Amino acid sequence: MKSKGGTCLPFFSALHPMDFPTFLIQLLNSVQYGLLLFMLAAGLTLIFGIMGVVNLAHGSFYMLGAYLAYSLSAQLGSLTLALLVGALLSVGFGLALEWLLFRHFYKRDHLDQVLLTFGLIYIFEELRSMIWGDDVHGVAIPALLGESIPLTANLSYPVYRLFMSAVCVALALGLYLLISKTRLGMKIRAGAFNRDMAEALGINIKLIHAIVFAIGVGLAAVAGMIAAPVSSVYPNMGSQVLIMCFVVVVIGGIGSVRGALISALLVGLVDTFGKVLLPSVSGMLVYMLMAAVLLWKPEGLFKQ
Amino acid sequence: MNSTPTTRRLVLTRSAAVIGAASSGLLLPELAKAQSGKLRVGLMLPYTGTFAQLGVAIENGVRLAINEQGGKLGGREIEYFKVDDESEPSKGIENANKLVQRDKVDVLIGTVHSGVQMGIHKVARDSGVLCLIPNAGVHMATRAQCAPNVFRTSFSNSQPTRALGAAMVAKGHKRAVWITWKYAAGDEAFEGFKEGYLAAGGTIIKELGLPFPNVEFQALLTEIAALKPDAVACFFAGGASAKFMIDYAAAGLKDKIPLYGSGFLTEGMLDAAGPAAEGVMTTLHYGDSIETPRNKAFRLEYAKAYKMQPDVYAVQGYDTGLLLVHGANAVKGDLNNKAVLYKAMETVTIDSPRGKWTMSKSHNPIQDIYLRVVQNKENKVIGVAAKALADSGAGCKMG
Repeated sequence: MKSKGGTCLPFFSALHPMDFPTFLIQLLNSVQYGLLLFMLAAGLTLIFGIMGVVNLAHGSFYMLGAYLAYSLSAQLGSLTLALLVGALLSVGFGLALEWLLFRHFYKRDHLDQVLLTFGLIYIFEELRSMIWGDDVHGVAIPALLGESIPLTANLSYPVYRLFMSAVCVALALGLYLLISKTRLGMKIRAGAFNRDMAEALGINIKLIHAIVFAIGVGLAAVAGMIAAPVSSVYPNMGSQVLIMCFVVVVIGGIGSVRGALISALLVGLVDTFGKVLLPSVSGMLVYMLMAAVLLWKPEGLFKQ
Repeated sequence: MNSTPTTRRLVLTRSAAVIGAASSGLLLPELAKAQSGKLRVGLMLPYTGTFAQLGVAIENGVRLAINEQGGKLGGREIEYFKVDDESEPSKGIENANKLVQRDKVDVLIGTVHSGVQMGIHKVARDSGVLCLIPNAGVHMATRAQCAPNVFRTSFSNSQPTRALGAAMVAKGHKRAVWITWKYAAGDEAFEGFKEGYLAAGGTIIKELGLPFPNVEFQALLTEIAALKPDAVACFFAGGASAKFMIDYAAAGLKDKIPLYGSGFLTEGMLDAAGPAAEGVMTTLHYGDSIETPRNKAFRLEYAKAYKMQPDVYAVQGYDTGLLLVHGANAVKGDLNNKAVLYKAMETVTIDSPRGKWTMSKSHNPIQDIYLRVVQNKENKVIGVAAKALADSGAGCKMG
């Protein structure tokens, strides 16, 4: 990067004084991006941690959600309604997929799972192309949330982004309560801890796995549906988020929902301030963070 | 002495080798192959993935131009060979070789993605096969690594943005922030913008970038608001450009800081971006609404043939077809008559729907760049931003 401050070290030449309001807004940006990442990664880490399945097709479920939001909101005339119907559809889709394919792969090698889910990415992309075509589509933001709140003289903050953050927080809270406070959560934890023992105690592990997988698919699809109005809907949108999801999951500790939350916020912070303060290396910073965390804690921040 | 009898095995292996060589074309004299049979046209385009529609539009355009000539090139029948390049750079060389070595095409038309183009370019330079680039704007193909057998009918990456500067300064926007993805196409687009904007008397107060294909723009939009420039100029393409315009508008910037961009920002994105795109000004070598009989006739014909509206990519494909027709006619279908073929293609004036254009010394179009504004979900052409704009062709040495 070239800048006028020729006397600075080249690496920091892009550093510039940031006034306090701008700093606060960037902080808000970080948290908001972090929460979005969490919503994307939560399903992945859940499936990974509880069933030990490496699911590369997670990004496809995100894409599925976005396209469902596009189709359903056009048909039903309301994004809220589309969200509800879409969530149900995707959970049903998750159950079917688990029953057809994934349940045969729990005990298989990770490489088999990678091959299966990698193949699924291609199948889903092709299906998407057949059903929806290759156009880029927009999804309208509900009128109620379409406003922007002025923050400074020329910058406003879209209400919809705040709504997204609120949904993410609610989701995080819901997941926490489900896993740590409910009977189902107890069974899920028992199954993840020792499958054979849990089965011996009369827990229907097959059913538990089907439920967890469907929840995971549902989470990814809901993330796609909620993100659709701001990200627009386009081919291959899933593969772009998949890598970030894996970074978040790996930093947070595979299988840990709490770890995913903290790691997502951390990634959001590094990415946002990296882009502003160190633009020339911002593409690498998140991966450097991951490398540093793995050096320090090879199992991620929160080992399950 | 004739002491070694020719064994049956030796005969077998030798004849097998001869048959093998013959079938792979090694023993056929080039001339005989060229004049007998059909002219082999290779299409290496993306038919799947993000750019699938672009590949289809380009092929439609090529075929339309050739079908206008009765479906023949220089009087010869044609056979098409198609390879889906998947916009996958790592398979670029392999896929180009499928057409050049396996299918023995006389001309290779391709492609959209600049990374894949590098692979095609290597094969074209090594084999000497005629190569026509219908989209990819990567500089090197018509600059440092230009080649006598490679012609581009689209644009170089810096051409559309080269014309932005004068239009912006004319509107009184003299302090601008530039924003793009940090990758080759983004950097080359910036080169064009910088040259044009500085020459027009503008100042670039900051160059912002984010890693490709990251679409989290919020941090940089906050930065733009804090910098308070007169205008923002950008280069984005594909699905993310709709998101950029939506985010830009949602951040409240659109009405306070006008947004300019390379025309690829808005091509095909107007439905997705909706009201967020209204008023965005872009520069490109084409616009759907160019008010010429030539363009109207083309649009009508294309719509009739394919039951859909043409876009800039279809025009580029069409011009590729026109160029090929012109070259093939000059040599009566014998594409191996290279000196005459290249001369004809270098001196051509293409009567394109985008307006007449000629070929630069480095084999890139010298063309008008239009200023367009988004009005009612349409890229409305409001004038010519740069007349007969040529790429510098810096570093090009033919031969």
